[in-house]
Formats: sequence, structure tokens, C-alpha cells
Amino acid sequence: MHVELTREVIDAEGVVRALKQGSDGAVTVFDGIVRDNTRGRQTQRLEYTALEPLALTEMRRLCEEAVERFGVRDVALVHRLGDLVVGETSVLIAVASAHRGVTFEACRWLIDTLKKTVPIYKREIFVDGAEWGHGEPFPPELVASR
Amino acid sequence: MRLEVLFFGVLRDRFSEREELLQFPGSTVAELLRYYRAVAPESAGIWETIAVAVNQQYATAATVLRDGDEVALLPPVSGGAGDAR
Repeated sequence: MHVELTREVIDAEGVVRALKQGSDGAVTVFDGIVRDNTRGRQTQRLEYTALEPLALTEMRRLCEEAVERFGVRDVALVHRLGDLVVGETSVLIAVASAHRGVTFEACRWLIDTLKKTVPIYKREIFVDGAEWGHGEPFPPELVASR
Repeated sequence: MRLEVLFFGVLRDRFSEREELLQFPGSTVAELLRYYRAVAPESAGIWETIAVAVNQQYATAATVLRDGDEVALLPPVSGGAGDAR
């Protein structure tokens, strides 16, 4: 299981190559990249920050849960931090298993769940200002005021 | 008690990255949230949505704080990339 937070450019091909094994019949890859606009505003770059130890713990927990829940063989999950420019990978998810169905399902579940529970924050720097990314609500059990 | 408080996301528009609370009078996460709600009433909506991590573990309102704890105040997260659409 490869779980990582990095300030370096993510080597997507290298991560996928390292994940593959002879028993795999499929690898599904989600390569999340920096888009050049948000709601019509032109994006210059993004800044990602994290509560790092907890973010890594949560990322590991998600990968373990994905293996258990979907029965896939192995998972890689790498998230970039720091300054990113348009076209760069911010998050890479790769799921390997003997059959393709579960790799699609696990990959989709991993990105959707990561975006709700892993404490990573995006600041968008536009040509005409800056804004914190709009987050998705935490699952109710994580909201502290409940 | 003394606490080290870390702020993330949109809270950094109002607070610095971290601050030292030298004499916090309360003893739970709920009381800490009440304290900051009073400090920054203009950020009212945010306090109902945040998660709190104490010493790098998600906490609840009832979690008891101890002298020297690190407390992170976490608005809804925005990692990843792209939209579900």
C-alpha cells in the first residue's frame, strides 16, 4: 500500500508501474489535475495545505477500508501539497485487482471519501484574487459541535 | 490551561496559522468552540460545520482538553481535485 503526502511533482506513471503485479487483471487510475478555471474565474495556481499527520493517518485508513470493502488487491494514494500550477496532478489514486469491476468502484469511493474526511485544504489563486476552496460537509460523526 | 491552536482553510482569513492560548479557562472541545465563537462572532456559520482534532486525532464536543494539547480547528475539507459533476 503506497500512501504519501508530497511537495514534489507526482510521478503518476511510476506510482502505477510500482503497483502492478502479475496476478492483476486491471488497474484503475484517477489522476486529479489542476484546472485552469473555477466558475468562470481564471486560475493561476493552487496552494494545498494539510494537518499532515492526521491527513496521512486518514489516507491510510481509507486505503485499508477500500481493500476490505471492495476486495481489491492493492491501492496507491498520493496527494500533493504546496504550490501547484495548471495541469499538475494534485491527487493520484490507483487501484489494482484481478478483475476490473471492483477497481472502478474502489477508485470512485476513495476520491469521494477523501474529499469529505481527509484534512487537506485548497486555496485558489486567480488572476483577480484568491479564495479558499469550498469544502464538502464532514460526515455528521466528525462535526465537533453535534 | 495552555493550548496550541492550529487554524485551517477559511479560518486563516480570520486567524493566523497557529496561536498559543495561554490561559484557556475551559476544559472541553465544546468550551473551546464557545470561546472562539465569542472571539469571532462574524464567522458564526463556520463553527457549526467544523471538525476538531486534538493531538492529531478527531475529537468530539465532549473531548476533555489537557494542558499543552495541540488543537486543530478544521473547516470542511477541500482536498482532491475536480467536481463530482
